[in-house]
Amino acid sequence: MSEKEDKPKKKNRREFLQELGYVGVGAVLGGSAIFAGINYDKRKKQIDRIKVLTAENQLMEIDRNLASQVPKSKAEILTYNQKEGREGIPGKRWVMVIDLSKCKNAQKCMGACQGAHHLRPEQSHIKTLKMQESVNTQPYYMPKPCQHCDNPPCVAVCPVDATYKRPDGIVLIDNERCIGCRFCVAACPYSARYLNWTKPLHDEEDKDKVYNVELNVPQKKGTITKCLFSADRLREGKLPYCVSACPNGVFYFGDENEDAVTNGTTNETVRFRKLLADNGGYQLMPELGTKPRVYYLPPKGKEYPFQDKDRNETEEQVNNS
Amino acid sequence: MAKVSKSDKITSDLLRHIRLNKSFIIWMGFLGASLLVCLYAYFTQLRDGLGVAGIRDYVSWGMYISNFVFFVATSLIGMLISAILGLLGTKWSAPLARIAEIIALAFALVAGLVIVSDMGRPDRLLNVIIHGRVQSPIVWDITVVTIYIVISALLLYLPLIPDLKICNEKLTNVPKFGRKIYELLSLSWVGSEKQVDILKKSVRLLSILIIPVALAIHTVTSWLFANTSRAGWDSTIFGPYFVTGAFVSGSAAVIIAMYFYRSNYKLQDYITEMHFDRMGKLLVLVSLVYLYFNLNEYMVPGYKMKKFEAIHINELFTGTHAILFWSTQLLGLVIPAFLLLFKKMRKPLPMLVISIFVLVGAWFKRYIIVVPTQEHPYLPIQLVPNIFKHYTPTLTEILITIAPMLLVLIIISVLSKVIPIIPVQEMIEEAPKSPEGDLKTNSVK
Repeated sequence: MSEKEDKPKKKNRREFLQELGYVGVGAVLGGSAIFAGINYDKRKKQIDRIKVLTAENQLMEIDRNLASQVPKSKAEILTYNQKEGREGIPGKRWVMVIDLSKCKNAQKCMGACQGAHHLRPEQSHIKTLKMQESVNTQPYYMPKPCQHCDNPPCVAVCPVDATYKRPDGIVLIDNERCIGCRFCVAACPYSARYLNWTKPLHDEEDKDKVYNVELNVPQKKGTITKCLFSADRLREGKLPYCVSACPNGVFYFGDENEDAVTNGTTNETVRFRKLLADNGGYQLMPELGTKPRVYYLPPKGKEYPFQDKDRNETEEQVNNS
Repeated sequence: MAKVSKSDKITSDLLRHIRLNKSFIIWMGFLGASLLVCLYAYFTQLRDGLGVAGIRDYVSWGMYISNFVFFVATSLIGMLISAILGLLGTKWSAPLARIAEIIALAFALVAGLVIVSDMGRPDRLLNVIIHGRVQSPIVWDITVVTIYIVISALLLYLPLIPDLKICNEKLTNVPKFGRKIYELLSLSWVGSEKQVDILKKSVRLLSILIIPVALAIHTVTSWLFANTSRAGWDSTIFGPYFVTGAFVSGSAAVIIAMYFYRSNYKLQDYITEMHFDRMGKLLVLVSLVYLYFNLNEYMVPGYKMKKFEAIHINELFTGTHAILFWSTQLLGLVIPAFLLLFKKMRKPLPMLVISIFVLVGAWFKRYIIVVPTQEHPYLPIQLVPNIFKHYTPTLTEILITIAPMLLVLIIISVLSKVIPIIPVQEMIEEAPKSPEGDLKTNSVK
């Protein structure tokens, strides 16, 4: 029994020492843990806590993990797009130069345009027109986009400010506001504006997309659609769809402020004013006072003679579509 | 007591037509049923888009806009007859003033609807107010047409007040609530000196006000075209050209209305041959003025034959629109004006026939002004289906164009069933006083 009684005594002593050791180690560990904890908390305060503004306009601080981004509603994205679409790209003055001597009526520009803007086969913001001034002059092909006039008759007549001139020179259309009166169609001397007379081509597929005013997609029934100088591509720092699609080096596109335009096929960048000066650049119907931002280089020394069969083929394609 | 007092006779004559009868119900049934068919056509346009019409990207303004111009034009007659002739102190036109005002109001009201039928997005009509831009002639047009409607309505209503009182007193066969409405609308008119004075002054003021507004509505309508740089529209005389043309179609409309009111409502004693004779002369006058503007409009560019003007002129004179152009000019303007120079032609029936020609011609004249210009823009029309190149109205489009005409007929028919179409009070005042002096109704002044 005594042994039995003794044992716990011994154990007790050992235990005491042991426990003392535990406490010591524990205290050190605990202390350092607390220290680390406080330090950690301090750092956490700096990194993982963020300031948020509540709907009641109070500045609060919360744990980053607790915060989640409120998804933007479609209406908010649309409002943002429309705002951005009206402001344009700061510091730029876009210009296009079309070299008529190079156009071989490949119509790749038309195809790229139709694809990008979800247009019907009979619609295209750019058209390669067969031009002939008089009986004795040679016919030639003339790609004709919107001229993005600096004095645009379409913008003047719009009753609701749906079509507007941006500081960077582009004439845009907001088809969320357009009432479809077609006064702009009547006013445009370049026939550069088109209405969605019926259901747009990708009406079903585009149903849930938020309207991008710089691409004019989704197209909307009963509203105007027109060339936008591919404002969405310019925002990404790329050349317009038609310019990049041309296989024959017809299009130059760039910034008047920088006095530089880039050829869409060769990617060669040249001086804008020098290009015009060297090649007799001109504008379409400048006598109307519209001040176009699209310039043409005359069809001198054409690489490709005009062929009537091209025309007939394309006409048939359109009529059968 | 054998002789009925003159004013009583006038009153009973002029109020006789205010009652429901079978022929009116049949007429309204016909108009209503036709209107429903046309409204269905408009429904398909709402559902499928403007593509149901023949208009496309090049000729993008077609029958609807022609119709709009025609409606605005015809509504101008209210200003000519009740304001200009009234202010000039012309006595003979007094019985016609209300007919002219009814036509003016009906056509102006419906013109607003016509323009909506041409919109790609009629659901966004309010954008014109929310985002309206003062630079756009459309906003000017909406503003002045609205003002014109308001003034025309007042010019119809104010001179009607004494008559409404008479209706309230004398129309014993209409239901009680009907008479109550007349009473309410007559604004407790008793014909006191003060009331008569206020009425005369306000009518005079409105008659003066309506002249610039009426000139404005059609001038601005013409600017929808003249403010573009298209060959055929790019003209500085479009304002007066449209206004004078408006008087032609409006006069014809009034003559047609006069004829039917006269025969249907037995108003031979009030709308006399003298009135037809005078209206005939008026029509000759306005036609000659309009002819003068036509001469300027076509002869001057026709002489110079500038490139694009030449295409336009050739299309009209000898091209695809030649038949329509010469028909409107000859059958709708020159020949009617010539025929009306003869006294024999200024009788009711010949004038009805002539006026129908003038009115139909006036409609097609608007079409000739609106459509051909768009078929030859500055740049060639290429790489589009054939339907884009030549404008051919579709059946749906024609029905939607007819709808406003039916609506105007409905408005005119209904109005002339509820109010006396000849000013009763004025007729009593103007009637030659008989020696017995039996013109002693309380309202006579």
